[in-house]
Amino acid sequence: MKASVQKVLDRYKSDPTRLMDILIDTQSEVGYVPDAAVAQIARSLGISRVDVEQTLSFYHFFNRKPAGEFQVYLNNSVVAEMYGRRKVTEAFEEAAGCRFGQVSDDGLIGLYDTSCIGMNDQEPAALINNVVFTRLTPFRVREIIRDIKAGKKVEDLVVEGAGDGENAGKLVRSMVQNNIRKIGPVLDPEYIPGEALKKITRLTPEQVIQEIKLSNIRGRGGAGFPTGLKWEFCRKAQGIQKYILCNADEGEPGTFKDRVILTELPRLLFEGMAVAGYAVGATEGILYVRYEYRYLQRHLENVLAETRKKKLLGKKIMGKEGFDFDIRIQFGAGAYICGEESALIESAEGKRGEPRDRPPFPVESGYLGCPTVVNNVETLCSAVKIILNGGEWYKSFGTKDSTGTKVLSVSGDCKYPGIYEVEWGFSVNDILDMTGADEPQAVQVGGPSGTLIGPDEFDRILCYSDLATGGSLIIIGKQRDLLKDVVMNFTDFFVEESCGSCVPCRSMTVLFRQKLQKILDGHGVKQDIEDMIAWGPTMKINRCGLGQTAVNPILSSIKNFRHLYEDRIRKDRSFDGGFDLQAAVAESCWAVHRKPLTEENDHE
Amino acid sequence: MTMNKIIHFKLDGVDCQAEKGQYILDAAAANGIWIPSLCNMKGIKPHGSCRICTVKVNGRPMTACTTPVVEGMVVESNTEELNDQRKQILEMLFVEGNHFCPACERSGNCELQALVYRFRVAVPRFAFQFPVRNLDASNPRLIKDHNRCILCKRCIRGIKDKEGRNLFAFRRRGHKVEISLDPELAGSLTDEQAQKAMDICPVGALIRKEKGFDVPIGKRTYDKKPIGSEVEQPTVNE
Repeated sequence: MKASVQKVLDRYKSDPTRLMDILIDTQSEVGYVPDAAVAQIARSLGISRVDVEQTLSFYHFFNRKPAGEFQVYLNNSVVAEMYGRRKVTEAFEEAAGCRFGQVSDDGLIGLYDTSCIGMNDQEPAALINNVVFTRLTPFRVREIIRDIKAGKKVEDLVVEGAGDGENAGKLVRSMVQNNIRKIGPVLDPEYIPGEALKKITRLTPEQVIQEIKLSNIRGRGGAGFPTGLKWEFCRKAQGIQKYILCNADEGEPGTFKDRVILTELPRLLFEGMAVAGYAVGATEGILYVRYEYRYLQRHLENVLAETRKKKLLGKKIMGKEGFDFDIRIQFGAGAYICGEESALIESAEGKRGEPRDRPPFPVESGYLGCPTVVNNVETLCSAVKIILNGGEWYKSFGTKDSTGTKVLSVSGDCKYPGIYEVEWGFSVNDILDMTGADEPQAVQVGGPSGTLIGPDEFDRILCYSDLATGGSLIIIGKQRDLLKDVVMNFTDFFVEESCGSCVPCRSMTVLFRQKLQKILDGHGVKQDIEDMIAWGPTMKINRCGLGQTAVNPILSSIKNFRHLYEDRIRKDRSFDGGFDLQAAVAESCWAVHRKPLTEENDHE
Repeated sequence: MTMNKIIHFKLDGVDCQAEKGQYILDAAAANGIWIPSLCNMKGIKPHGSCRICTVKVNGRPMTACTTPVVEGMVVESNTEELNDQRKQILEMLFVEGNHFCPACERSGNCELQALVYRFRVAVPRFAFQFPVRNLDASNPRLIKDHNRCILCKRCIRGIKDKEGRNLFAFRRRGHKVEISLDPELAGSLTDEQAQKAMDICPVGALIRKEKGFDVPIGKRTYDKKPIGSEVEQPTVNE
């Protein structure tokens, strides 16, 4: 083992900022990261063991113990539950002979829950040793486990054949389906690589920024910061070395559009990064991809190599002196928070994905302290089309304050889940019609950190001034128990995915979950609802956008579906002291063989 | 004296001066105004994780320990809303750990306890979590009591070995996060480092072994004066 870890360390020149890669590769070699490897890595990088452990223990795909020869990570998103996850879970446990969170006695199979893996349109889905399995049924689970026990390799467990498009390509070979339901200027398959680069070589960087500013495009990840302005800030920031980081960490449950873009249009994305590099004066780019999409690694590396060969990346792009730009791919290791731009930077530097304080903003001091632009996959792809067709053209799509198109990831209770590129300005009703959602009870717009709306708001418009979204729409049918199946699932997600740095995010998420559980158990009182409304605003002082929205599922459902809470609380009391005398003395009574005296204390 | 440029800002309606680049918290203190803080400590790079020093800058919540003053800034700190949020954070810290002041060596010198007194927290509005947490006394010089740890990262940020390596670090994430002490480097922990760790810790999570209760309870820092009084300008009433 020592030799193989050393090889990994040599590969990254024992650079502490590449700790993520070192840990990922070590785990690939050894299967997990044992104590001896931690000590060896620490020594080699000149950092302490706890510093290695600090990064290692943050990400949920890293293992400190043998985690099974076959590691099953079953997505626990709300849509997976809708499509029968519970029965799939039971089938896995029965067939493997161990519970979730455990490894089978023979060390062959490890079962784990994981947050949304970006397959919401084909649930229930799981990753088994980085191979994606979608639309699982108990029957398929039994087959898979049988084949694992029979000694088959993980690739041979797939019997469904390959998915559409590049999913069937030699380097992907995945059963994943793209489910592209509507294409627009960004998803247009007629794209020819290199034309935008050719065009910008005739423009100054300032002119490129001007065109992007003219288009009024705003960041497509969800926060909606004007892209042209971000580029301009970075261009003007002091620094010889600058970076373009592409955020492909789409971890918001229900979002999977970047997965499809990475599969079908990586050339467009790389060109967008090069355009951004030219505009801000950066020579290096990093594509930060979530660990869940590692099945795309060989495909992406191959396209990168091919793009370099065509001189669309590397030195003197398009023959232009001084236009140098290259890209490396950085994988995450399982942490929703890394979708936040400064947490993503920290992670790309080999650290825990904890968001940074601002100021300074990444455009002033980002990756390795250098001015950095962090853009969403879709933003960079759109930028290419803006350069090709002009900012004015782009403004012809969408509404006045929200120009262009948005690629939506639609999933849940509808006939046609998948991705839809629509102009801004569509109403939720339009989307419901388009996707064949017959009896929607509610729609979660923008993922768990977004808004839960009911039928009386289905006429609201998708745009930055009304319903802003990073693109996830989860449709929840009439048959669902909104609080138990949906709101609780989202709340669990935030408890699991908080980085733990800010006190309100770390603590309040747990307190809210308890309150919700109490209400679901039928013990809630009116005061519990009032408490959550009163405490909610304190979340707004968390450092990052994700922490600030971490109790939104509850607050937003109280606001729009208060009757569901009212129905479940006790009507016989409005206040609850939080102390159950009977339960408190039960054990002592048992010990001394007495029955608790409760009658005079009992209010019922 | 300093050559730094002097800039002006308003804090709770009072005209204040600051040096360019100075953090709001420090500038406020220089003007005799106390902004409560907990994870912040002089001499250590600010981190802004406890959020207690959150103020409103031109109407937006920002942490005073990490936000530099800008000319003409309007800052609110001593408002009912912000003070209640501070109180909530203190209460959260109390319920997420196990804090038994009467048995704690740090009582009277504890910043959490002092803040709780100053903010008049009687009974937390949140349910006590009573988590099961460890006490690690394996190190010959230092006791690490996770029950009392408030995860402020002061020990992580403030204590390094000669090569600049961290002795302390975070483990895991979310509500499962905890402080760990490097097993290798901790072996060579000196008395001075152990004392420094204890001094850096705002609560009693890091306690030096074989030395304690030097100053009797009742005569400790915050037994005499409430926290914050060290920066506040005395008013006529006091």
